[in-house]
Amino acid sequence: MQQSLPTPARHSIRKAATGIQGLDEITDGGLPQGRPTLICGSAGSGKTLLATSFLVNGARLYGEPGVLMTFEENGDEIASDVASLGFDLPALVDAGKLFIDYVRIERSEIEETGEYDLEGLFVRLEQAIRATGAKRIVLDTIESLFSGLGNANILRAELRRLFRWLKDRGLTAVITAERGEGTLTRQGLEEYVSDAVILLDHRVTEQVSTRRLRVVKYRGSHHGTNEYPFLIDRDGLSVLPVTSLGLEHDASGERISSGVRELDEMLGGDGYFRGSTVLVSGTAGTGKTSLAAHFADAACRRGERVLYFLFEESPNQLVRNMRSIGIDLKPWVDTGLLKFSAERPSRAGLETHLASIYQDVREFRPSATIVDAITNLLTVGTQNDVRAMLMRVIDFLKVSGITGLFSSLTAAHSSSYEETQTGISSLMDTWIAMTIDEIERERRRSIRILKSRGMAHSNRVQSFALTDHGMRLTDGGG
Amino acid sequence: MEPIGEESFVLRLYVAGQTPKCLRAFANLKRICEEYLTNRYRIEMIDLLLDPGLARGDQILAVPTLVRRMPEPVKKIIGDLSNTQRVLAGLEVSVGAA
Repeated sequence: MQQSLPTPARHSIRKAATGIQGLDEITDGGLPQGRPTLICGSAGSGKTLLATSFLVNGARLYGEPGVLMTFEENGDEIASDVASLGFDLPALVDAGKLFIDYVRIERSEIEETGEYDLEGLFVRLEQAIRATGAKRIVLDTIESLFSGLGNANILRAELRRLFRWLKDRGLTAVITAERGEGTLTRQGLEEYVSDAVILLDHRVTEQVSTRRLRVVKYRGSHHGTNEYPFLIDRDGLSVLPVTSLGLEHDASGERISSGVRELDEMLGGDGYFRGSTVLVSGTAGTGKTSLAAHFADAACRRGERVLYFLFEESPNQLVRNMRSIGIDLKPWVDTGLLKFSAERPSRAGLETHLASIYQDVREFRPSATIVDAITNLLTVGTQNDVRAMLMRVIDFLKVSGITGLFSSLTAAHSSSYEETQTGISSLMDTWIAMTIDEIERERRRSIRILKSRGMAHSNRVQSFALTDHGMRLTDGGG
Repeated sequence: MEPIGEESFVLRLYVAGQTPKCLRAFANLKRICEEYLTNRYRIEMIDLLLDPGLARGDQILAVPTLVRRMPEPVKKIIGDLSNTQRVLAGLEVSVGAA
């Protein structure tokens, strides 16, 4: 993925913050203030929700009242659509911070004869803007006019006049439009609204839906050009930018124990770097979860919070299994230092998992996070999608200074360590491979560090055993 | 004003100022009504520049818009009403009966 993010903010033009998490980052501050922005996408891609969020956040967070002119749904329908995002439109309307005008055009009721213009629309807008002192305006979806009125030439001329009119009034406008065949919008609105264009996409592959957002154009401003996952959940909308890949994180020099003393020694003596990412790969039954449990236990002993995403088994099962090797996680669960988040991967698409990871991390504020196992996510996404998702998780954890440990199941017949299914090892700071071999009818476990950035680490293959007192590394390794 | 019967047309013409289009629409409407709806019509003129609040109620976008309020159902004709046949069709006035 190419690095495309703005480095320092160079505010050559003023921005109107959308308040939508992530979107303001990739647009370097928001939408162009006092200018129209086109948001296009197919039906159900989230245009209306994005546009409404822009208005609601403007009214609630930025002291900018708004006007919503809706051509497709009436005010009640929109209010109930966005109520699930926690938006109370009627309250904003009552408070005079939002004006909703539903424009209904019923072609069957209308006969056309001779010249006309859209002055009625302008009059309505003017009135709504005056009533609220609006700074923001949304026209959703104005191209409905083309199906309601017959004279496309008049409409085009009037739309041109309308966008000019909005600009003259210094309104930050969002115009939504349906995606066309081979064009951004059906009616070619991109010709009229050329300041900024955002494209939303909603794909369903193998019954798993993915929403994406791309800033196609942004005149006079830096902007990220990638496709970003775009989420709609109970907290509203968020866009997940790659905020800092390729940029310098504040690398911590602090070291934290892996929970296994001998492994700490292999890692240059002191364990992982705080805030780094650790990949633990291995075939089934090699002890990946045990290593994760050690790490969680060690963090909790230090009084730190750990968030453990579990895709394979239930928390109770895991706690019981770990107790059998002498790791008792239950006290940490009881005191609230350790929190499990267990979910079947197949229950939701990647974007939803990503969203819940973000949300849980934000709420719980752990100092370490474990994802066990990332390979479970492959059941709901392609390798590339999983990799892109993990990049974002890792990035998010790094920015937050959270140490991340990810387990990954390797196929038994895979001969090469260097080959993890998701190809994500390059994203990780430390990579630990665990293996199990049948030698003389004995199962021999071994562990080795394939890489660990920024530290002198052991290159040895170290044997280990899972004992009543946890993982014990032995010297007899080959 | 005389009460108007059930057969009568209550028409409302929405304009925005005294633009040539609006003046033309009014003149056309007046002429058509005199010819085809003699003594059974009433025209209300609404200038949206003076009464902007009325645009929402009748869902007015285009100007000029003629709204047939009676008889029901409501019908709308937009434009300067320069084509008499289309105006009559829009108002559902049967010419033979006029």
